[in-house]
Amino acid sequence: MNIMGEIAVIFGVCLLSEGISALLPIPFPASVISMLVLLALLLSGVVKDRHIRRVCGFFTGSMAFFFIPSCVGILEHVDTLSSCLLPFLLVCIITTPLVYLVTAWVVQLMMGYRKRRSESHD
Amino acid sequence: MINAILDSSFFGLVLTCTAWCLGCWIQKRTGLFLLNPLVIAVALILVVLVAFDIPYSDYNQGGAIVTLMLGPVTGVLALNIYHQRTLLKEYFFPVLAGCLAGVLSSVASILLLCRLLAMDSAITASLLPKSVTTAIAVAISGASGGIQSITVAAVLVAGAVGSIFAPLFARLFYITDPVAEGIAIGACSHALGTAKAMEIGQLQGAMSSISLCICGIMTSLLVLIL
Repeated sequence: MNIMGEIAVIFGVCLLSEGISALLPIPFPASVISMLVLLALLLSGVVKDRHIRRVCGFFTGSMAFFFIPSCVGILEHVDTLSSCLLPFLLVCIITTPLVYLVTAWVVQLMMGYRKRRSESHD
Repeated sequence: MINAILDSSFFGLVLTCTAWCLGCWIQKRTGLFLLNPLVIAVALILVVLVAFDIPYSDYNQGGAIVTLMLGPVTGVLALNIYHQRTLLKEYFFPVLAGCLAGVLSSVASILLLCRLLAMDSAITASLLPKSVTTAIAVAISGASGGIQSITVAAVLVAGAVGSIFAPLFARLFYITDPVAEGIAIGACSHALGTAKAMEIGQLQGAMSSISLCICGIMTSLLVLIL
């Protein structure tokens, strides 16, 4: 597809999602809705992989780039952050391994159960 | 002339793109993970803005255009899930249970720690989505009264911790199953961790990218309920 056509598909999905988001009674992020809408379009075959491949490659290829201005926005909140820098870091650093531990063990136990069950069927 | 330049949206765009390219170049030259292009680019821009006393609002005329693209950036993650649909079908229940456990433990531990440390409610709201990918985290934080730039910083720290220590975590916590390892990496450190998971193995990388999408969806639902 023409590159502008690809852009139109992706931006169209985003626009539609903004509309859906406004209709919902809860403040559910429009960007998450656009992910679900696009997934539904892909699964139903309305939009094909090749229709959006180049634009998707562009966006995911340098994903971090798009976060630069939001990060720079920290300039406006230096006072808030510096007043709680230590607890901020503490929360970020403690909870990350904790989430890893819980998630990995839940999955590992379930995978072990699946394996045992399939072995007993053999 | 200076005013015309600062007033133009191109100022923010040029500064952002240049800083990003410099960041990529510096990382390539040094090979240090901690010096990732995002961190370098943000630092460079902050230095320029502070050194020349340029207000953030001038920069953000161009910056806002880049930020607008966060919507499509999140949307196209759908292609990621779509490509992994056979794996997702095969490990449907372990993936779902793992992501749910990850999201619940993340939100619960952050709420508890913030309560213990007596953090104010705007900071707590900014930290809650810190385990999910930035595009989704920023949207959640905005919807629940958080400060978006603090969320971005928290997401970055979580991502860096996960992607540096993921191999260590696996040994430390006796995780031998590759599916479990991938899902856990995606759940605790989103896209930054997923990049690392792809280095560890193909299955780990695929599971991690599935998990980062599903955790994003689950977290946005959970934070709304709270």
